[in-house]
Amino acid sequence: MTIRRTVLKGMLGLALAASVSGAALAQDAVKIGLILPMTGPFASTGRQIAAAANLYIQEKGASVAGKKVELIVKDDTGTADVTRRIAQELIVNDKVTAIAGFGLTPLALATAPLATQAKTPMVVMAAATGIITERSPFIVRTSQVVPQIGSPFGTWIAKQGTKRVITIVSDYGPGHDVESSFSEAFKAGGGQVENIRVPLQNPDFSPFLQRVADAKPEALLVFVPSGVGAQFMKQFVERGLDKSGIKLIGTGDLTDDDILNGMGDIALGVVTAQHYSASHDSPENKAFVEGFKKANPGLRPNFMAVGGYDGMHALYEGLKKTKGEGGEALVTAMKGMSWVSPRGPISIDPETRDIIQNVYIRKVERVNGELYNQEFETIPNVKDPTKAKK
Amino acid sequence: MSTDSIEARVQRSLYGARRWHPAEIAFWVLALAAFFLLPRQLLILNEIAILGLFALSLDLILGYAGIVSLGHAAFFGFGAYAAGLFAKHASADPVTGLAVGMSAAGLLGLLTSPLILRGSDLTRLMVTLGVALILGELANSLGGITGGADGLQGIMMGPVLGLFEFDIFGKVAYLYSLAVLFVLFVLARRIVGSPFGLSLRAIRDNPLRASASGVPLHWRLVAVYTLAAAYAGAAGALLAQTTQFVSLDVLAFHRSADLMLVLIVGGAGYLYGGLIGAVAFKLLQDVIASFTPQYWMFWIGLFLVLFVLGGRELIHGGIKAVVGRVARLGRRAST
Repeated sequence: MTIRRTVLKGMLGLALAASVSGAALAQDAVKIGLILPMTGPFASTGRQIAAAANLYIQEKGASVAGKKVELIVKDDTGTADVTRRIAQELIVNDKVTAIAGFGLTPLALATAPLATQAKTPMVVMAAATGIITERSPFIVRTSQVVPQIGSPFGTWIAKQGTKRVITIVSDYGPGHDVESSFSEAFKAGGGQVENIRVPLQNPDFSPFLQRVADAKPEALLVFVPSGVGAQFMKQFVERGLDKSGIKLIGTGDLTDDDILNGMGDIALGVVTAQHYSASHDSPENKAFVEGFKKANPGLRPNFMAVGGYDGMHALYEGLKKTKGEGGEALVTAMKGMSWVSPRGPISIDPETRDIIQNVYIRKVERVNGELYNQEFETIPNVKDPTKAKK
Repeated sequence: MSTDSIEARVQRSLYGARRWHPAEIAFWVLALAAFFLLPRQLLILNEIAILGLFALSLDLILGYAGIVSLGHAAFFGFGAYAAGLFAKHASADPVTGLAVGMSAAGLLGLLTSPLILRGSDLTRLMVTLGVALILGELANSLGGITGGADGLQGIMMGPVLGLFEFDIFGKVAYLYSLAVLFVLFVLARRIVGSPFGLSLRAIRDNPLRASASGVPLHWRLVAVYTLAAAYAGAAGALLAQTTQFVSLDVLAFHRSADLMLVLIVGGAGYLYGGLIGAVAFKLLQDVIASFTPQYWMFWIGLFLVLFVLGGRELIHGGIKAVVGRVARLGRRAST
């Protein structure tokens, strides 16, 4: 009897100890929920960001401020209501300190009210429409804002003496943003611009390209979602527009590092503007690209990856400042933070929680047998021009 | 045998089918019990209830009337946008919004029903797909109303019946969706168990003979198509209200396609197929995706192939056996 009782007591004690240590462990862990489109048409976004986030943890160690970092990667298939449900589950069930990821604008917008309601910091690593950061005071963005690229590019193109440009953009939110920000800046610089919109789903560019061929502008600006760029390039060459003297320009989405090398020689000479190129010349970037390629053979980091990497950095540094605390303190800690990222010097605007970064003008060239966006001019410290005006 | 006795027999069999089977009662008790037993899973349960209602709607036309559709998301999305816009601009009351979403989608179903009356299954597939694509493109280009690619934001829902506020844990959301699902299910069950439902099945099995026996083919199909559209609209409205957001993908093709899969998994033509399929599909997706967020589609695909190749009879046979046993137990208990 007594023996049995002691055994029972011992077991009870063990169970208690186990549950206490379990609770202690849970307290000592910082969980970060990473919600990304890992399948479906935007799977490459998710793959890039997840790979970069894992790389960051691998490099910097899986603990911050004395707590273990646990990354929970979830697939939202690029569907807004699923993103929201997953975010809600992560907040309510897993008690995550922060949520991150968000491959597309509607996915981020659907989740924004939750971040406010639960006071959970939300790091946007990809979605790029301007309004996102205004939808919740808990949102911090480490990717880009569309007008941040389009506007300075318009000014720069006008400065090169170009007078007539036609724009072709996919008919959806970010496409409209590129069109308006570029056109506005370009017109302000004294240029003339004509706008064409093409359907987002399965676009056939040939009728639009014919219009361009007839109008003979000096340059053609293109914005299509990454992936469709290769298709566009092919039709551009098939129509013989590459020999017509019309210069092809665009935002970096056109010559995305992820697919650029597969485009072949037709991409050579295309001038684009963006915040990141895998060939950016800095020791930080060299280390980043090397680490990334080593962990993911056959994959080259693109601007999505760098957004994920920097997002993790913002969270890590923020958590160091707050000693592992989340909520408003973490957002405050990330505000105004500045560091040297693989893409160059960047900072988080303390007022808008949006990213301030350099925009580079690049040209596609062959380097060591591979195609790269070679940066040749820098426009330093660009803020989101729309918010800066307010 | 006189005609009178045939009528009497039909009536008896209809009444018999209308009686609640113990397994059915068990199903709904389980659905309610899930609220208490799985407090961490309420959000996905809510999604399952909505998908179940959506699948129920497709079952009404596919399983009972034999109308194939690859564009059922048109009604789902239309209901979602109607409910979302109503909540944003008119009233935040969920039940009124639900009625608005249902009527809007039902009206759309009525208006588009002439399209499905003509042609064969193949043309129906194409026509329904086309309607959904057109609506999707409309929602994209009418950005001023629908929010376009950014989605419809700023929906604030009031409390259900003026009493229950939507919470972050999804408690109210699940109970609300489940209640709506149950009410609409009972209604559907009554309808398919009526002479009207019987005539639908006659049309499905042999339209020529049905019309020869005096069944007004066109009106029956229009009626059931409108009803199914309203059901899909209700599912869409529930989604819009419980997530307080509507994005373009409510009209996307993958929703219609997934729905077809759900019904294939669950089996069409007995109302529970959609619900069981929804549970199986969502759980499978959620469990596998949490193991491998990148490659879960492979496993789902493999499962579906195996399932269609042979597992289906096995699983359905198993379910039927269990249901039979429960029924026998129930009968024994009652006697």
